[in-house]
Amino acid sequence: MQKQNHAVYKEPLFRVSKREELSLWRAWLIRICAILISLIVCAAVIYFLTKLNPIQVYEAIFEGALGTEKRTWVTLRDSLILLCIAVAITPAFKMKFWNVGAEGQVLMGGLVTAAIMIYAGDALPSIILFPVMLLASALAGLLWGFMPAVFKAKWNTNETLFTLMLNYVAMQLVSFCIVFWENPAGSNAVGIINSITEAGWFKPLFGLTYGWNVIIVLVITIVMYAYLKYTKQGYEIAVVGESENTARYAGINVKKVIMRTMAISGALCGIAGFILVSGASHTISTNTAGGRGFTAIIVAWLSKLNAFVMVLVSFLLVFMEKGSIQIASQFNLNEYASDVLTGIILFFVLGCEFFIHYRVNKGHRKKEN
Amino acid sequence: MGQINAIELKNITKRFGKITASDRVCMNVRRGEILSVLGENGSGKTTLMNIISGIYFPDEGQIFVNGQEVAIRSPKDAYHLGIGMIHQHFKLIDVLSAAENIVLGLPGKLRLNLQEVAEKINALTAKYGFELDPYQKIYEMSVSQKQTVEIVKMLYRGANILILDEPTAVLTPQEADKLFAVLRNMRDDGRAIIIITHKLQEVMALSDRVTVLRKGKYIGTIPTHEATVELLTEMMVGEKVNLDIERPNPVDPQKRLILRNLTCVNKEGATTLDHVSLEAYSGEILGIAGIAGSGQRELLEAIAGLQPIEEGSIEYIAPDANQALEISAMDAVNIGKLGIRLSFVPEDRLGMGLVGSMDMTDNMMIRSYKKGKFFFVDRKKPKNLAEKVIEELQINTPGVDTPVSRLSGGNVQKVLVGREIASSPTVLMVAYPVRGLDIHSSYTIYHLLNEQKKNGVAVICVGEDLDVLIQLCDRILVLSNGKVSGIVDARQTTKDKIGILMMHTVKENQK
Amino acid sequence: MSTVIIFIQKAIAQGIGILFGATGEILTEKSGNLNLGVPGMMYMGGIGGLVSAFLYENYTSTPNGIVAVLFSFACAFLCASLGGFIYSVLTISLRANQNVAGLALTTFGVGLGNFFGGSLSQLAGGVGQISLPVTSAAYTAKIPWLSELGVIGDIFFSYGFLTYLSIILAVFITWFLQKTRKGLNLRAVGESPATADAAGINVTKYKYLSTCIGGGICGLGGLYFVMEYAGGTWTNNGFGDRGWLAIALVIFALWRPINAIWGSILFGGLYILYLYIPGLQRSTQEIFKMLPYVATILVLILTSLRKKKENQPPENLGIPYFREDR
Repeated sequence: MQKQNHAVYKEPLFRVSKREELSLWRAWLIRICAILISLIVCAAVIYFLTKLNPIQVYEAIFEGALGTEKRTWVTLRDSLILLCIAVAITPAFKMKFWNVGAEGQVLMGGLVTAAIMIYAGDALPSIILFPVMLLASALAGLLWGFMPAVFKAKWNTNETLFTLMLNYVAMQLVSFCIVFWENPAGSNAVGIINSITEAGWFKPLFGLTYGWNVIIVLVITIVMYAYLKYTKQGYEIAVVGESENTARYAGINVKKVIMRTMAISGALCGIAGFILVSGASHTISTNTAGGRGFTAIIVAWLSKLNAFVMVLVSFLLVFMEKGSIQIASQFNLNEYASDVLTGIILFFVLGCEFFIHYRVNKGHRKKEN
Repeated sequence: MGQINAIELKNITKRFGKITASDRVCMNVRRGEILSVLGENGSGKTTLMNIISGIYFPDEGQIFVNGQEVAIRSPKDAYHLGIGMIHQHFKLIDVLSAAENIVLGLPGKLRLNLQEVAEKINALTAKYGFELDPYQKIYEMSVSQKQTVEIVKMLYRGANILILDEPTAVLTPQEADKLFAVLRNMRDDGRAIIIITHKLQEVMALSDRVTVLRKGKYIGTIPTHEATVELLTEMMVGEKVNLDIERPNPVDPQKRLILRNLTCVNKEGATTLDHVSLEAYSGEILGIAGIAGSGQRELLEAIAGLQPIEEGSIEYIAPDANQALEISAMDAVNIGKLGIRLSFVPEDRLGMGLVGSMDMTDNMMIRSYKKGKFFFVDRKKPKNLAEKVIEELQINTPGVDTPVSRLSGGNVQKVLVGREIASSPTVLMVAYPVRGLDIHSSYTIYHLLNEQKKNGVAVICVGEDLDVLIQLCDRILVLSNGKVSGIVDARQTTKDKIGILMMHTVKENQK
Repeated sequence: MSTVIIFIQKAIAQGIGILFGATGEILTEKSGNLNLGVPGMMYMGGIGGLVSAFLYENYTSTPNGIVAVLFSFACAFLCASLGGFIYSVLTISLRANQNVAGLALTTFGVGLGNFFGGSLSQLAGGVGQISLPVTSAAYTAKIPWLSELGVIGDIFFSYGFLTYLSIILAVFITWFLQKTRKGLNLRAVGESPATADAAGINVTKYKYLSTCIGGGICGLGGLYFVMEYAGGTWTNNGFGDRGWLAIALVIFALWRPINAIWGSILFGGLYILYLYIPGLQRSTQEIFKMLPYVATILVLILTSLRKKKENQPPENLGIPYFREDR
């Protein structure tokens, strides 16, 4: 009897059970609460570290992201690029192919764009130059997405790790090219490409500096939404993602779908690189993608792969980032504060999904007899 | 003598969302007895046993072990109380050896002395007459060897209350008899044994008392010697049920499929099908029996064009044609293009036949979505089909937009069979069509198969319950180790004969 | 000293940080948690060690080397474990997606490191580098007698204690995983948590502990870079991509810390090989820096071709476990 003593009646502290479907508005209520709580925590962190009034800090964040027209446009431009990458990796994620190589695929697209701008920017007329850059960047991204897909399809090589490694191969390729393109010599940086002729730069559209960025990204987003929802290929992606066995049973060529989908995903990432170089930075460095390839994964996941929710989430993240850069300069803080704050917000948003899918009961027991 | 209950449950209730899986269930087991817990699939047997073994925690109710109230919050608590559970799906780790699996989670010195463990295991296996190599890796073992590891694992832990969930589902009749002998030995040792089952024959053959559950509720407990098959069925189902399965005689059977020396090799290079030859006729049901993993799945998949073929031929003869068509080199898509209507209900319903997270409409088009040249999918026809299937097979679902994983097991199977029948096939292959279904759903499925048979379809049915196969099929082909060990007339044969055929080549190989 | 010896020394210096990261991540992954937050935790460990040593040296009149080492070591380990703990809460208790939680942790940890690292020089009262003479001297102290044994001393005994600790840890973790009951239990959790659970193993506890301790070990990698490699200074983004390289090394070592020892030195060697091949163009040097990644990709491909059961990742790597899931 001795050894049984410790198992004598005691309640478990919490019991967790799966929820039935939660209504949409309540799910969003939970998410909004999580964001609010995270902002309070961030405020506490800010106050603890700097003794600054958090309200002032949040005002500064808002000011930094949307304070002037120019800032608003920059925030919008960066949100669009983040959105574009998130949309690009969506088909791969829907297929449960963990493409964490967007960073490298974007870089490759950017690298090729920069190369064309440098070597052919002044030689080709715009009407040819832009389609060439678009196609070439898409091809470069495609290649970077296709390689791990081939190995995944043929030998089930772990794609998370493969794509992750390819990011750094891409970065080294960029460093390699910078040696040849550096300007001024010895700076180890490419500098603004075609800064005088502006060849290969996006031209304003309808008088808007970033008009083309808006158009291209929105088209990609809408087309991708329709592709996944209404086409046979989109249906194949969904089936492969749910169960490869079912896909085989349905007569789907799983290998082909994996390779095709990753080609599309990589190509779109490449196009994002094109937009980054041609439509925003006009230069190339190993930092051109700037971690967006990773952030986009978080965006896509938090949005549950819904293209329209991604618009919101990518805006929110870029908003925080831009705002934090502002507080950094305004209050003499370090600019990396934005990463810390973003991290905290992400932790809360990731964690809150649990409360949408599960119910937590305190341990209790009704006496029956 | 003063009966001490090894385990007693009082008013145990467990809910999953809106479903009450266990509703105020009471039962008890004494030392030195074998208790059967009988119930249909979905009656809450497994939930109840998972509560006893600490996998689930009950919402309400009390559990007494040796007369003392306890809370079993985790499998660890259960094991401290001397409760050992042998799950239907073995809980073993493939890359570890038998000995490593057996000592898993046990307290002791930090450094693990496997040799010592192996010696203790050998002593145990010698005592009960098991055969087990403690150093063998699980992934190299057969199903019955794995079950042996599970049982030895519990004995090693000194479990005196043993729970076995559907222990014979994967065994041949002969292996089952061996297991029963071991269990009786353990009972005579004074251990309490609970067998969860839905097979009446097993209850009658083995247990001392039987507790019946139905739809999560406790129905009653009777001594086995007072029970009859009819009485137990009535308790289980809640009404009198005609247990006979209809078997019309084949009308005008014609050759539909001819397999010659079909050989398949899997990815690991092992031969899964070894020169299998068979003929399937229209208007008959051909049963396929065998120990789990004897090549049944590969056989059906090879015919359906889902499995690469190493050697041999598959010929198809259309109903109005005289000429045989060679289809062994084609994949499923090409077979479909020729207008050959092969339907296939795979054993893994939600992992292969259907996509659980998709709604019925999307599931209806899994095998037909490619139709039409258009780049976009057409969802109108699948939707109509879904509505038709719901109506004709009386599927209980909120609507065509509900993900199929939300449906009950029986309804899921109806969706799958409904879809496969809807294409008016000439050959219908079904694998374990009633696994996990309650009696009513099972009989609906038998009826559907017979309907197809009467329509002149060649039905091929892989089954595990030999009693059912013998009653339902016209001929039964027995597979053993990927080889055909015999084809028998179901009207003439017996369970034992089939059982011997199932073991056939295995024994040969051992010599 | 000949170039070869210097090359070996530098390769080891490059490799040790990665080895800590890989050992910690192996321990984590053996519990089934694929924590992509390694870079973040390395930064957290590095900054934890740096800040604590900085505070100690600046607020004590006569700082003592041993106290400084113990204090900063503990702080680095705890700070990085905190990263592992955040990840554990998210993925184990709250069942968030492991990849995404890991990436978020990397964002957070790298940000945290750079934030404090950058602010520290401001705190120190000016621009430029902070310096920690006492602490870094203690960390880089060589073994007194053995290090003077000529070539052997140079190759084997010319490092600070963290180098030896990393190797001892890798050997110890290998022994722990292979030969002990707790190690067996941990492997079982990563292979099949449901089975481990049914065998009476507290899955949640094992996952939490191995992820937090693993995180702490990763953090020692950061500590190593800050204290021994960089000599007690901080540069923003100074670790570069070594965190990812550590994850690469886990695969390269086939989830065995003992393989990670020589693997880390190989990686370190490949990382700096370009400096030791005479007459290389700057551009070619950049190509050489690719080598560790390319090597990892090759190993990844080769193991997937071979399909040997014992060389595969833990079966349930990346998959959350919930006992009552139906």
